[in-house]
Amino acid sequence: MGKSKEDIDFEKALEKLESIVATLEKGDCTLKESMEIFEEGMKLVKLCELKLNEAERLLQKLVKENDGEFRLEQLDNA
Amino acid sequence: MISSLDENIYSISPKNPDRTIYTVSHLTREIKLVLQQGFTNLWVEGEISNFKRHDSGHIYFSLKDREAQISCVMWRGRNQNLLFQPQDGMKVLVLADLTVYEKYGRYQLDVVQIRPAGIGELQFAFQQLKTRLEEEGLFSAEHKKQIPKYPRMIGVVTSPTGAAIRDIQNVIRRRFPSVQLILRPVRVQGEGAAEEIAQAIHDFNDYGNVDLLIVGRGGGSIEDLWAFNEEVVARAIFDSKIPIISAVGHEIDFSIADFVADLRAPTPSAAAELAVPDKKELLFTLDTVKKRMVQSYQRAISSLQERISSIERSYGLHLPFDMVREYRLRVDDITRNLKDRYNFFIDTFRTKVFSSADKLETLNPENVLQRGYSITSRLDDDQIIKSSEELNEEDAVRIRFAHGAALGTIYKIEEN
Repeated sequence: MGKSKEDIDFEKALEKLESIVATLEKGDCTLKESMEIFEEGMKLVKLCELKLNEAERLLQKLVKENDGEFRLEQLDNA
Repeated sequence: MISSLDENIYSISPKNPDRTIYTVSHLTREIKLVLQQGFTNLWVEGEISNFKRHDSGHIYFSLKDREAQISCVMWRGRNQNLLFQPQDGMKVLVLADLTVYEKYGRYQLDVVQIRPAGIGELQFAFQQLKTRLEEEGLFSAEHKKQIPKYPRMIGVVTSPTGAAIRDIQNVIRRRFPSVQLILRPVRVQGEGAAEEIAQAIHDFNDYGNVDLLIVGRGGGSIEDLWAFNEEVVARAIFDSKIPIISAVGHEIDFSIADFVADLRAPTPSAAAELAVPDKKELLFTLDTVKKRMVQSYQRAISSLQERISSIERSYGLHLPFDMVREYRLRVDDITRNLKDRYNFFIDTFRTKVFSSADKLETLNPENVLQRGYSITSRLDDDQIIKSSEELNEEDAVRIRFAHGAALGTIYKIEEN
């Protein structure tokens, strides 16, 4: 469950968030609905912030093995 | 060149002062010697005609101008690296040595290089390939793939030591550091570079985990950038399932790769900027969206609260309380009224009683008795007798006086 949430990509999360805001701004939801989607929206905001603030990744190199398989190797040229 | 020819002819003549008879072979060999020594490394300009590529891979053509023509051959080993396709009518400049074919007594140019005349060879090749691929549809907009807005993994095909990878890395680090950059190191110039670049693009497609490719290199001469003008690279870019941003050289350099790529960036830094959004801008956008969301949620809640409190204030909801209050007032009123009336009644009554008491006093039969009157009543029913007609003879009666009473019997009734 947590993993799938992590895997949702930023673009989808932001799109979902926009649609939540649009729904709330229309203002025709019930209190229960408002509360639920607001809560979902806040979770998405957290998720997006988390994604944006993920740690910097080092440059990697794509290495092709003799058997045609690929592996990544750290490349430290910084 | 002319002078050396003269010397050669001159040097031959003294050997045969008399009428020497040559054999054909001898003469031919002498001619060959003179011509082949005298005409080497020549640049010759002319128009191609009778162009033929033989099955062996050698190419044959004539170079001509208005007045003359000369046969040319370019051996397979030399024409394999030709960047453009020579054709009839094309003005060219060839680098060649003159050779003599003894068997048929013919001479021809042994061509080492061909360049389009007037314009550089590379420009010409570029134009030619560009036209061909364009006609084939490799540049058309319908084949352009969408560049992902928020890529997570970007593959880079460039030199591991060039400025391009450093520039790309710097821009990504500044704009969106969590994006994963994966380099497939290749040579970007020199023999075989184009094939390596093409292979790297294929490899990334086989690997499959990247959302976007940046293919390119930093600035250089047209020769340095040449690999990106080669067909094999163009085809690899066209065949790629992964969207590709090309970034070759500087702003002013356009490569074939640029035309085929899904997006052309003027430089590698610019490619990185096009590839990822700016994190700061995104955080700002996110913050704006968050504020809008919180505001509209609060608005939704407060409009509900407003509805509740307007209901609370409504006449309908207050009506029962009003009624109770009104009834209470009415009860109070009635109660007060009742008390007033009661008191009034009591007072009146009391007054009446007092005045009656006085009257009563005057009516007290005792007082009458005091004055000598008496009261007669029948004994058996205690009825007070007011008329003699109420009596019969022999009735027992009681006569009361002011003091005491007496019993008697009626012995005669008198009429009035």
